[in-house]
Amino acid sequence: MPLRKIFGTETEYGVTVSGPGDVSPVLVASMLVGQYGQAELRRVKWDFQEENPLRDARGFEAARNKEAAEEEGALVNLVLTNGARYYVDHAHPEFSTPETTNPRDCVLWDKSGEAILNASIKRALEILPPGARIHVYKNNSDGKGNSYGTHENYLVDRAVPFARLAASLIPFFVTRQVFAGAGKVGTEEAGLTGIDFQLSQRADFMEAEVGLETTLKRPIVNTRDEPHADPERYRRLHVICGDATMCEVTTFLKLGTTGLILMLIEDEALDIDSFTLAKPVEAFKTVSRDPSLEATIELADGRSMTACDLQWEYLDAVKTYLKSGRGDEAFGGSSWPEDVVAKWEQVLGGLDTDPSTLAGQLDWVAKRELLDAYRERNGLEWNDAKLKLIDLQYHDVDPERGLYYKLVAGERVERLVTDAEIARGMITPPNDTRAYFRGSCLARYATSLVAASWDALIFDLDGQTLKRVPMLDPFKGTEAGTRQLLETYAEPSGLVQALQG
Amino acid sequence: MPQSERQQKKKKEAPPPSEEGGAANPEAQQKGRRLKEDMDRLLDEIDSVLEENAEEFIKNYVQKGGE
Repeated sequence: MPLRKIFGTETEYGVTVSGPGDVSPVLVASMLVGQYGQAELRRVKWDFQEENPLRDARGFEAARNKEAAEEEGALVNLVLTNGARYYVDHAHPEFSTPETTNPRDCVLWDKSGEAILNASIKRALEILPPGARIHVYKNNSDGKGNSYGTHENYLVDRAVPFARLAASLIPFFVTRQVFAGAGKVGTEEAGLTGIDFQLSQRADFMEAEVGLETTLKRPIVNTRDEPHADPERYRRLHVICGDATMCEVTTFLKLGTTGLILMLIEDEALDIDSFTLAKPVEAFKTVSRDPSLEATIELADGRSMTACDLQWEYLDAVKTYLKSGRGDEAFGGSSWPEDVVAKWEQVLGGLDTDPSTLAGQLDWVAKRELLDAYRERNGLEWNDAKLKLIDLQYHDVDPERGLYYKLVAGERVERLVTDAEIARGMITPPNDTRAYFRGSCLARYATSLVAASWDALIFDLDGQTLKRVPMLDPFKGTEAGTRQLLETYAEPSGLVQALQG
Repeated sequence: MPQSERQQKKKKEAPPPSEEGGAANPEAQQKGRRLKEDMDRLLDEIDSVLEENAEEFIKNYVQKGGE
């Protein structure tokens, strides 16, 4: 039986300051996060006890100075009342959504993250010289070969052998770019020329099939093994090959289709052999660099297929699986699988017949349409800096300047969540995961909390003893399970006692 | 759907349906004009918000570290 899914995203934002004052990106990132948090949230530290980014899913541990990494990461860190983590990762502000149980909720809190970054800009400007401007981009590269990540996280059954998981996912990740790509002008691969526009931001940076690295020799399937949950039962699949996406439909499809494919893998309902690619890394780039969608990639069994061909086969397998009813218990009556399949089918149909009909749904199509129209009107070559700027500014999180947000304002983009929901999501957590308990404790008892993390809260109840409340099951700590308890105790000591009783 | 069936469907659907007479149809022409006007307005707006001096701005946008 497949496992009920948990979805989450982590986004590293690109930042820069223009105007007076010489401010390094590291300082801007710290100012953004630091200024956003109220004082009582700022003093709650991140609990690193269960963190180990160097543990490999294949069963070994890489060597690196873990303490140094912890120290770096601990500098500016916030756990928010919506259950999210907002912190500085090297030179980037990073927002990790709270745990959600379906792709639409994940889109909602992913968008709340953008809104939080935008709110942070306004607060950080108060401490910069007048005239300074902060720019924050939700994209994945600076156009000069430096990439920063947008990672997806999915809860997966630990019983699935990792090798099978990786082998099944690679062809899916290679081909999902046809709808999940954010679009990019040019290429950043050294020595390569003649690429005007490609589907994805990250394809240029994929160098291996499977690996632990996230900053060098980036792999299509990342092996970081930090479940942030009971390690006997769960694995957290950490996906690093995807793009930061602005369109709600694009993000919804990226998350939803991947979640469904994972459930088929868990239930052994996917015939791996019929999808295995001959040269996955090469194919990843071939697919990205062919906006006509006509290029074929070679399969291990000798067939050649387009990325869309393969996606139709994945869709067929998922539809057959949904009909079988085998996943019903794990879906728990939720309609998200059907919603994803309907959108997936509609989008693949559009890609087959006329991709331009998808400009309100897919980022790469929306961006391409803007670039083409702008290029034509001004008679520009593809290497013109203005087109690179349009590519970058499409991802600006400030609705006054961001080109994606101009499309939203012009009602050119399909929405899945409302602005009111996004605003609420900045403050309140999802109600059906442990994020509810985490966020609620931050809202109620921040002054008694010493540290928090994905799977624990540490309370200081009397100034002498620390009490650690573990939350190893991401499905426990929901509103249904803990609201009454939280409302009973105005003081955290009573709550902790009740939990331990 | 099976690949063969899909290929047929693809052929059938592209080019887009032209039952209304395609480009010669006055209604379609009007719609095309409206779309172009909308896009022109959008491009004007983009011009008004694009960072000044694209070359310089792009050159100065450098991001290091992360993940």
